[in-house]
Amino acid sequence: MANISFTVKFWKQNGPKDAGHFDSHELKNIPDDTSFLEALDILNEELIAEGKEPFVFDHDCREGICGMCSLYINGTPHGKTERGATTCQLYVRKFKDGDVVTVEPWRSAGFPVIKDCMVDRTAFDKIIQAGGYTTVRTGAPQDANAILIPKPDADEAMDCASCIGCGACVAACKNGSAMLFVSSKVSQLALLPQGRVEAAKRAKAMVAKMDELGFGNCTNTRACEAVCPKCETIANIARLNREFIKAKLAD
Amino acid sequence: MWLCNSSIGRKVIMSVTGAALILFLTFHGCMNVVALFSESAYNQICKLLGSNWYAIVATMGLAALMALHVVYAFILTFQNRKARGNNKYAVTSKPAIVEWASQNMLVLGIIVALGLVLHLHDFWANMMWAEIIGAEGLQCPPTDGFGWIKFTFSNPVFVVLYLIWIAAIWMHLTHGFWSAMQTLGWSGHIWFNRWKCIGYVWSSVVMAMFAIVAIAFTFCPDCLGKCDGNVLPFIF
Ligand code: HEM
Ligand code: SF4
Ligand code: FES
Repeated sequence: MANISFTVKFWKQNGPKDAGHFDSHELKNIPDDTSFLEALDILNEELIAEGKEPFVFDHDCREGICGMCSLYINGTPHGKTERGATTCQLYVRKFKDGDVVTVEPWRSAGFPVIKDCMVDRTAFDKIIQAGGYTTVRTGAPQDANAILIPKPDADEAMDCASCIGCGACVAACKNGSAMLFVSSKVSQLALLPQGRVEAAKRAKAMVAKMDELGFGNCTNTRACEAVCPKCETIANIARLNREFIKAKLAD
Repeated sequence: MWLCNSSIGRKVIMSVTGAALILFLTFHGCMNVVALFSESAYNQICKLLGSNWYAIVATMGLAALMALHVVYAFILTFQNRKARGNNKYAVTSKPAIVEWASQNMLVLGIIVALGLVLHLHDFWANMMWAEIIGAEGLQCPPTDGFGWIKFTFSNPVFVVLYLIWIAAIWMHLTHGFWSAMQTLGWSGHIWFNRWKCIGYVWSSVVMAMFAIVAIAFTFCPDCLGKCDGNVLPFIF
């Protein structure tokens, strides 16, 4: 273990209309097993001690499961973490002494800045509300084994369901497309018998909402899957395309 | 209509028109290599596809496909720029799996379109169009495709321009081929790699057929087309 000193260049922006600018601050003697978000907490303590406004960023669980953390670090959403990790799972050991670490918000028209690096991702909630659920009659629950699901399907559905809705895919996409997120959310249900019932309706409704909210047309650049902290792949996007085209042809 | 007012629909238009253009290029490339072996057989093909009604109808269909592809290319790119917004990242880093071509399809497409204008001017205007309007006093007769290839590539500038054009189409297709299949939903964990491989091989073979003809006619026009060929038995 060692301590390193590095400079954080962080984005400040007062609301969606403000032009925004970078500020920078040097962090000295930070143990390299500090998480990057803890380093930003230290940054904020120092800023407050200097009488400055703290730097605003999103975070919640800090264990890679909630999808709140959302920083574009040195040109990569969630930073260059180990494959399959979020910003909150990034550690100071990934940087070198004397580095300048540039921290930016997700920049995409679909995610307007609220403040600094906190962006408004309610668009994703709206897409989920449009169809990312199954309608079930509640009451006495069915026996868990009543519907048998092949293990490969269950595994694939689980992989798709592990998408935490962080929006890194949109942030990385030059087309501002939300297809990796939407396709993961369509897939996690389309792969299971319980989700098949409403599969066509769901694919149409979620894609329509995604388009209405102004996300771009996917041109298969694969930037999304390269940065996804949950290793979602564009096989999901192919599945969504298939579901959507089939649904439209059936109409 | 879902084909125009949904993002996936617009992509379906791109992929279907793109795939049809790939098929056309494949046929075109196969016909071109005939010129390497037999002048008579090649000119037979030129005559067959001259200004007959079916050739004119097919050409119009092709032009429509191209127009759709280009119009949607601009629509998609324009919408995508808007969806991305105006805030540029200060620092960017391109992940290794992202192909350059995939992010520059419009640029490549524009180079392809410029090359196409040159190509139509060099060949189509002197062949099908010349036949339709009954032009006279040209370098070669309109159905002497062999003569027109020889004439075009007698100027070394043209081989350079054509090779740049061919390289641009090749790059467009190395991404376009698998992307089209992905867009149509015909892909997944396994087929993604298969389509990528098939796409590379297919576009490389097709574009190599074009490149070889251009290069051969530049460097040794007089050693080509010597066989006495007849393609009619293969067609009828
Ligand atoms: C030889 C002629 C051409 C062929 C064979 C061709 C083929 C293709 C194919 C197969 C695709 C993939 C479609 C998909 O991803 O769904 C594609 C995409 C594209 N093409 Fe072409 N193309 C040609 C000419 C052009 C021209 C002239 C332009 C523009 C001026 C153009 C612009 C584009 C753009 C921007 C895309 C990306 C769109 C996307 O991936 O959604 N192409 N092309
Ligand atoms: S697909 Fe991956 S990058 Fe996109 S929202 Fe889900 S977890 Fe985040
Ligand atoms: S803070 Fe919950 S995933 Fe990072």
